[in-house]
Amino acid sequence: MTLDTPLAACLAMLAAYLAGAAGAVILPGSRAGRVAAAAGAIAGATAGVVLAAGVLATGHAFALHVPALLSLGGGLALRLDGLGAFFLALVGVGAAPAALFGVGYTAAYAGRYSLRWLGAMLNVFLLTMSLVTLADNVLTFVLLWEAMSLASYFLVMTEHEQPDTVAAGAWYLAMTHVGLALILVAFVLLMPPGAGSAFADLRARALALSPAIRNVVFVLAVVGFGSKAGLVPLHVWLPRAHPAAPSHVSALMSGVMVKLGVYGVLRFALDLLGVGPAWWGALLIGLGAASALVGILYALMEDDLKRLLAYSTVENVGLITIGVGAGLLFASLREETSAALALAAALYHALNHTVFKSLLFLGAGSVVHATGRRDMNRLGGLIRRLPWTAACFLVGSLAIAGLPPLNGFVSEWLLFQSLLPAIGSPAPLVAPVMTLAVGALALTAGLAAAGFVKAFGITFLAVPRSPEAEHAHEAPATMRAAMTFLAVGCGVLGLAALTVLPRLAALLAGYAGLAAAPPALTLGPSLALPDGFGSMSPPLLGLGLAVGAAGVWLAVRLGAARGLRVGATWGCGRIGQTPRMEYTSTSYAEPLRRVFAEVYRPTEDLTIDVHPESRYFVQSIAYRSEIVPWFERYLYGPLVARVTGWAARTRALQSGSVHAYLGYLVIALLALLAISLAWND
Amino acid sequence: MARGALALLQGLLVLALAPGVVGLVRWLKARLQNRRGAPAWQPYFELRKLFGKEVVVSENASWLFRAAPYVVFVSTAAAALLVPVLAVPLPIDAVGDLLVLVYLLLLGTVFLALAGLDPGSAFGGMGSSREMTVAALAEPTVALAIFALALSAGSTNLGQIVARTMSDPAAALSPGHLLAFAALFVVMLAETGRMPVDNPATHLELTMIHEAMVLEYSGRYLALIEWAAALKLLVFFALLGNLFVPWGVAMALTPATLFLALASLVGKLAVLALAVALLETRVAKLRLFRVPELLSASFVLALLAVTSSFLSR
Repeated sequence: MTLDTPLAACLAMLAAYLAGAAGAVILPGSRAGRVAAAAGAIAGATAGVVLAAGVLATGHAFALHVPALLSLGGGLALRLDGLGAFFLALVGVGAAPAALFGVGYTAAYAGRYSLRWLGAMLNVFLLTMSLVTLADNVLTFVLLWEAMSLASYFLVMTEHEQPDTVAAGAWYLAMTHVGLALILVAFVLLMPPGAGSAFADLRARALALSPAIRNVVFVLAVVGFGSKAGLVPLHVWLPRAHPAAPSHVSALMSGVMVKLGVYGVLRFALDLLGVGPAWWGALLIGLGAASALVGILYALMEDDLKRLLAYSTVENVGLITIGVGAGLLFASLREETSAALALAAALYHALNHTVFKSLLFLGAGSVVHATGRRDMNRLGGLIRRLPWTAACFLVGSLAIAGLPPLNGFVSEWLLFQSLLPAIGSPAPLVAPVMTLAVGALALTAGLAAAGFVKAFGITFLAVPRSPEAEHAHEAPATMRAAMTFLAVGCGVLGLAALTVLPRLAALLAGYAGLAAAPPALTLGPSLALPDGFGSMSPPLLGLGLAVGAAGVWLAVRLGAARGLRVGATWGCGRIGQTPRMEYTSTSYAEPLRRVFAEVYRPTEDLTIDVHPESRYFVQSIAYRSEIVPWFERYLYGPLVARVTGWAARTRALQSGSVHAYLGYLVIALLALLAISLAWND
Repeated sequence: MARGALALLQGLLVLALAPGVVGLVRWLKARLQNRRGAPAWQPYFELRKLFGKEVVVSENASWLFRAAPYVVFVSTAAAALLVPVLAVPLPIDAVGDLLVLVYLLLLGTVFLALAGLDPGSAFGGMGSSREMTVAALAEPTVALAIFALALSAGSTNLGQIVARTMSDPAAALSPGHLLAFAALFVVMLAETGRMPVDNPATHLELTMIHEAMVLEYSGRYLALIEWAAALKLLVFFALLGNLFVPWGVAMALTPATLFLALASLVGKLAVLALAVALLETRVAKLRLFRVPELLSASFVLALLAVTSSFLSR
């Protein structure tokens, strides 16, 4: 038997991740373990990207079936098609820099937390995420999915002595298992009775199902995978769990793992279920728009840098979901070109988000590494102390705010452009849905710009507002290298849009509802969309901005006066500017908090202590304000209270007597027998 | 080739005209308020003066503060290059459409807001926070107005929108166009910091937005920022003038049509300048927390524009 390249790459990927995990556990000393874990992860990620690139380049799916493993569920079945390959590549792109960053970042963990466990779990997490994209039957998929969730749960729990982390872990575990249960039901409904559970069988069966069952399966898949992707209202775990993990793991969870939720939805909607009714797409657009707005609105109010980034992940998953929804909507209307364009835009944004969100989380990790703080009100002035981190974080902020010529701009432009032509569609549902989606998309884009001006400006600019920020130090070389890699990626993915987009459109060709041939994108120096709807050229735009900046700089240098004097910040004649006078994270968001007060419903507490003899002499002012997110107050609060109540009531059953437990067992057995008898009749 | 050269030429024209438009608005406003007012070309002298002065930079400011004026100027100038000023279609359409133009302006706004935070003064932070609030709330209106235009033109390319309206004059008077015009006019007031959203004439008022952000700037940096602000006003004027009332824009390149295009451009700019001056004379500045109401009204106008464009398709 000759070993062909895809198989070799697949085996190399498995071996590298396993070796990384083993190395982290076996090797003595903190440093060797850290390096081994990162080396295994980077090698595995590279092999994964090679495997994915092979499948994408040739268009031939790679398949591997091992009947001996998991023989009950039809064997271990792996198959990598175009869609899976895209997400496998995405895992690799996010994994390598995060692992590299971890080398430096986890050095401070030595002695406090188990580095062996952390390194091993990191590799297991990456391995299971990679393999989820290859799973080709139900049991393989479900097992890998659960292993991925558990591995990430253990990673979240790294800093386990903090009460916040424990609470975050509990939320995560509960939400991910609700999701898993729904995904399982979706699979069971799709599985042909008595026959195999390979995805090919499911595909064949889906065509024979009644529309009602298919609708149920779709909704279950959206809710089940949506809980992993962080779609509103299933996002509540995300802003707790992602920031609680070590920063490089946060980057993986926000940058990569949520995309696998999107992958699950796409796998069901585009592949297993086939073309559905138009409202499937409309439902996703609605969920996406709600997630985008809720995510960015709460991100704006956050003072915790990592929680801000986590909320912004909810926002970006919303944007991706809008694109997916538009794609499904067009697919069901048989508008194949628009469908392919919208889905390609969604995939592009998914890839871009992986790059810039990983970058931002690593940047936040570098800030935490330097100061030990995540509260932006206590940071500031870091651009002088962490110049490298600041420059990288700035690139990430500009990219995520969708500013030209970086990658976020290109995919947001594509998202807009995939919604705009919809207006020509004769279907009655399309126009109102798309109009609202465009409005939501634009408001999200504007608020995201405000949010990331705040995130960067308050953290890195002005004067430090705490001694820790005052004495911050730049990150070590591994961390800087990881951030630089991603920052360059933001530029490359923006400027290379003319190369990337046709490939995305090509990998989607042939899925349900999409034409077998990719849409005709006119590519010259610029990207012109079909029917001449819009055109844009990222390289020319980038070139123009660069040449323009150089030209203006030179002209000013030659033509204008050169003098420069350094003075104190002007303070209205006040002497002694202190950091306390600066705008903070809370004050920066105050105007928007007022504008959206109906959404936030903040509780405010103002206590003014005056001198006992005259109320004109104020002794102290205490101000406290809190925003309890709407969903937690009205949805999850009562729900959790109810569940806890029920759980308390079941205590009556647990008498502690073995006889009683044996009795329960007998009753349960008899009940099962009775049910199975009734079923068979 | 000739059209490529024209694209660059009209870019230079816009750069040169921009301070004059600001001066014209100021002069008209002064006359309307029974003041004599400085001549319309006063801003050119101011720019020259500023370019000749030394710069004072806050000791707290970082490299970002010194880079921001260049980014602001270049991104605004790039947006100005995309606007169909004299003739359509131009090859510059392939570089960017109306959405690109909006995002280029947003790039400038973001850098200015960052620069406002950098020196660490309360004023700068206040201006920055308010500017981003206004910009964020204006964004959906802009997108929907674009949507309404793109709907009737079948494209977001600026050249094509102009050409389509010219070939179908009745479209210019359709309710969709009129509503989108009104919506964009309000957004223009907000984005360029005019009354009733911001007061461009004052430095010391607690309601100020733009002027608070740029308070720390001086010398050549301030000159670049002032010039960029003037350019932004001109960009919006040219969009309002040429996208909604495209007559005069040259389709064929002959000296006569180009002269006509230039004359009609100057005429449109003068009318819009008069409208802004009248408005600034007649209305008082809104309290900051009333501004969102104004912007949501413009959002509703844009929404109606899309709806009516859709219905009348």
